[in-house]
Amino acid sequence: MTSLHIRGLRFAFPDGTRVLDGVDLDVTDGERVALLGPNGAGKTTLLLHLIGVLRASEGSIKVGDLELDDENLREIRRRVGLVFQDPDDQLFMSTVAADVAFGPANFGVEGPELERVVEMALQAVGESDLADRAPHHLSGGERRKVSIATVLAVRSELLVLDEPTSNLDPAGRRELVQLLAGLEATQLIVTHDLPFALELCPRAMIMNRGRIVADGATISLLADRALMHRNRLELPYGFDPANIAAPSQNRKS
Amino acid sequence: MSGTHAHALHYHGHSPIHRAAPQVKLLALLGYVTAVVATPPLAFWAFSLHALILLTVLALSGVPARFFLSRLAIDIPFVLFALLLPFVGVAPRADLGPFSVSIAGLIGAWNLLAKATLGAGASVLLAATTEVPDLLGGLVRLRVPRVLVAIAAFMVRYLEVIAGELRRTRTAMTARGLDLSWLAQARPLAASAGALFVRSYERGERVHQAMLARGYQGEMPAVSRRPVSGGRWIIGLAPALAAAVVMVSARIAL
Repeated sequence: MTSLHIRGLRFAFPDGTRVLDGVDLDVTDGERVALLGPNGAGKTTLLLHLIGVLRASEGSIKVGDLELDDENLREIRRRVGLVFQDPDDQLFMSTVAADVAFGPANFGVEGPELERVVEMALQAVGESDLADRAPHHLSGGERRKVSIATVLAVRSELLVLDEPTSNLDPAGRRELVQLLAGLEATQLIVTHDLPFALELCPRAMIMNRGRIVADGATISLLADRALMHRNRLELPYGFDPANIAAPSQNRKS
Repeated sequence: MSGTHAHALHYHGHSPIHRAAPQVKLLALLGYVTAVVATPPLAFWAFSLHALILLTVLALSGVPARFFLSRLAIDIPFVLFALLLPFVGVAPRADLGPFSVSIAGLIGAWNLLAKATLGAGASVLLAATTEVPDLLGGLVRLRVPRVLVAIAAFMVRYLEVIAGELRRTRTAMTARGLDLSWLAQARPLAASAGALFVRSYERGERVHQAMLARGYQGEMPAVSRRPVSGGRWIIGLAPALAAAVVMVSARIAL
């Protein structure tokens, strides 16, 4: 578990489009936080900053006590486990086991210890049987769970998930909720799936036009119609957050 | 291993050929093909011995002849090309029934046909008895530069993803009324190749980001090396050694 602190983060693409316009954000140790916002708000760009793939022109990112800079990049990438939106981007090796082993092997784990780590990560997501399968032969739900195993294998302390429920059927989505609720790591979850955010995350932030525009209890953000409307957020038909009990912070499956 | 993730060329089985270490099989294939290629074309008896070696391994592998022959269809372009040679070759020429054929062309055709078929047969047999990840692992153990193995691995991994995108593009075109008879579909499909290239390129960028996120530093991580005993190497390389003996005798005899 670790914390995340972002101060005044600014980033523009080479063509001048400003994507991050002074992002301030804190996630404390062991917290599970949802990051909501319309398409084009800068959410995915922000996530790519957390692993130093994109570098901001201004501002700072701290993971735990460690500032993201050239020197700490490697350790930051070990601490932050980013699960990409499309599992076909995340799973690039020819077998599931090789893919889960990729991260730990890069961080120097080898031999029987590597095999043990891979097995534990697959066990943690409940998919030990898939070890020898090819990623492109898995179902959507299986791919998602294996993607999560690939970051658990490096013992990431901060899990960052980009649209984890996209392309999942309702059963796969429920299994994902159970899996994430049972994990120890601090979690930052980018999602358009508002009931999912409410179920898993006691706290949420809304991002729009490159800034965090709201931060608070998920249930009160979702109940604030004016705020939701301003930020192009809409609840599914018939869904009323007032009828639902707020989740507790350390819920386990 | 289960058969659920096999590729089209693979035949599920547990024969000694299936179980042999992939690096031994790869080296045996290389040795066999080299010996076949180096055999003088006119040593016909040598080619029957080469074929006998291949058929023995095929019998040991338990791969059905039908399966083997249908995969050997990859050889057909070579066969067609070989059949052309006698008619376009240089003088001296000889009469063969109603045709006048070039003798050099005839020998060239036989040479190409025999060597391509034996080489393709051996390769098909390797593919039929070895899973793709094992093949890649074998290449690593043979000290093939890891970046080359990685490129091959990515090709295998993303071939289906890209073929799937192409399929969806075709379906979308059909859905909007495109007639999928051969010539009609060539133009719009060719046009969509550009879009497919851009999408594949972008996918490559995202995959690279995903690799960086998990600590990639420009080199693929090492895989564990399970050493193969000397005895197993010799048994595994026996077909290649036999082919080499045949080749050397043929060169001396001629």
